[in-house]
Amino acid sequence: MIESIFHYEFLQNAFASGLIIGFIAPLLGVFIVVRRLSLIADALSHVTLAGIAGSLYLSQSVGALALLNPLYLGIVASVTGSLFIERLRRLYKHYEELAIPIIMSAGLGFGAIFISLAEGFSSDLFSYLFGSVSAVSRQDLWIIIGIALIVIIFLSLFFKELFVLSFDEEYAKASGLPAKWIHVLFMIVTALVIAGSMRIVGILLVSSLMTLPVAAAMRISKSFKQAIILSLLFGELSVIVGLVSAFYLDLAPGGTIVVTSIIILLLTILSKKIGSKGAVSQ
Amino acid sequence: MGTPLINLHNISYQYEQTKALTDINLTIAEGDFLAIIGPNGSGKSTLLKIILGLLKPTKGEVLLFGKPVNQFKDKERIGYVSQKSNSFNTGFPATVKEVVRSGLVKKTGLFHRFPSNVDKQVKSALKSVGMEDYAMKNIGDLSGGQQQRVFIARALISNPNVLILDEPTVGVDSKNVKSFYNMLSHLNREHKITIVLVTHDVDAVSKSISHVACLNQRIHFHGFKNDMDQMSDEQLEAWYGHAVRKVEHQSEVIS
Repeated sequence: MIESIFHYEFLQNAFASGLIIGFIAPLLGVFIVVRRLSLIADALSHVTLAGIAGSLYLSQSVGALALLNPLYLGIVASVTGSLFIERLRRLYKHYEELAIPIIMSAGLGFGAIFISLAEGFSSDLFSYLFGSVSAVSRQDLWIIIGIALIVIIFLSLFFKELFVLSFDEEYAKASGLPAKWIHVLFMIVTALVIAGSMRIVGILLVSSLMTLPVAAAMRISKSFKQAIILSLLFGELSVIVGLVSAFYLDLAPGGTIVVTSIIILLLTILSKKIGSKGAVSQ
Repeated sequence: MGTPLINLHNISYQYEQTKALTDINLTIAEGDFLAIIGPNGSGKSTLLKIILGLLKPTKGEVLLFGKPVNQFKDKERIGYVSQKSNSFNTGFPATVKEVVRSGLVKKTGLFHRFPSNVDKQVKSALKSVGMEDYAMKNIGDLSGGQQQRVFIARALISNPNVLILDEPTVGVDSKNVKSFYNMLSHLNREHKITIVLVTHDVDAVSKSISHVACLNQRIHFHGFKNDMDQMSDEQLEAWYGHAVRKVEHQSEVIS
């Protein structure tokens, strides 16, 4: 397969994007999981679907937009969705989780309407829902590189503030941190990563790459630093094994990546159980 | 009386239709070890949140180091230890060192890295609460009392002048409560840190504190703890919300 990567541009695009996504999704995912926002990632992926479907419909019906990359409207929808979630969470202060089903159903509702309106979308639908090795274009790769740069800059600027905010929000506010603004920026960056990951993992499985490697890492980590390193390691391992098996077995990469993540998670749970049994028997 | 560090002028606060605080006037001076005590729902935690700027009073003004709370930027001069049970999940993957270091976040400032001597500062903060051997332990593996000491170390790392604690002994087992308050006394006396804490654990805290504020929507008494026995039966009744009887106990007054 390594030989094929040098020959085919689509494989280069898929692997380069996969490796980048395998890095940034779990990196941001650590903060998403510890801040108990995992379901928000799921809601945003459904909003991205509405943006993608809307873009495909527009490219069919408006001649000038025929060549529009669906990723752009996907990004716009995802970022808008993240801001709406924040607004709704403040509106329903005592029932914050209500924001998630509201945004998720809105995303799916609009998505379903645009999918019905756009003719011929059904053939592409599978790749958008579950990812594709062959669908990643060079332009997609550049967008993903741009998103990765934004994530890295954001995390290097706000890492310590995000740690405090994740560990103890009340303490963060009492310390005078601009908690609200950092949170809004965090949601926008999360929305960007979700839209960017969609090409490889697929809309329905994108949140899993942000949460499963982290869930596995948290089982065996003693420190926050270790949780991040292990999440990145498990994320990259899932993407590499997932993409290679998707290529050889002609399967959707979203499925193979997620199943690999699940296997890693089960192994960490098992190793922890064996470890604690060993400690008890000593 | 030392220099006033915290001044509350005519503070009132209302949660929708319910009055939580009415006309609170309180001055906390440098070197005080003040316990704000009162029954459940008396507005103790609300008062702390107003002092910290987390809640805006319906009426009145808060001055921190002489400045209105909304203009006070040196937040690192006030260390805060929130109620442990509300503030963090025990499954969080972080070491004691990572948690204590995070107390420097405001002092370090946005877009800056922690200073190069951060490890030394963490060690010193942990030493002052007797936890220097626990730096690499996972925060979730510690007992309630040990976790509270770590949170105090997190507050102390920025060298605050004032330490504010909200019900600090919730989740601490009774045999460790005494040594916990001894540690706070030590910080107050030796490190010259002004301490304000909210509690309903009057008996346990009484040996350590210098001042008491009895709160139940209003301040019913504020002064030296030894002057508490000057409270009239009417004042005590208004404070507790029902009839109470004073009992003399080892030359200290408890209710």
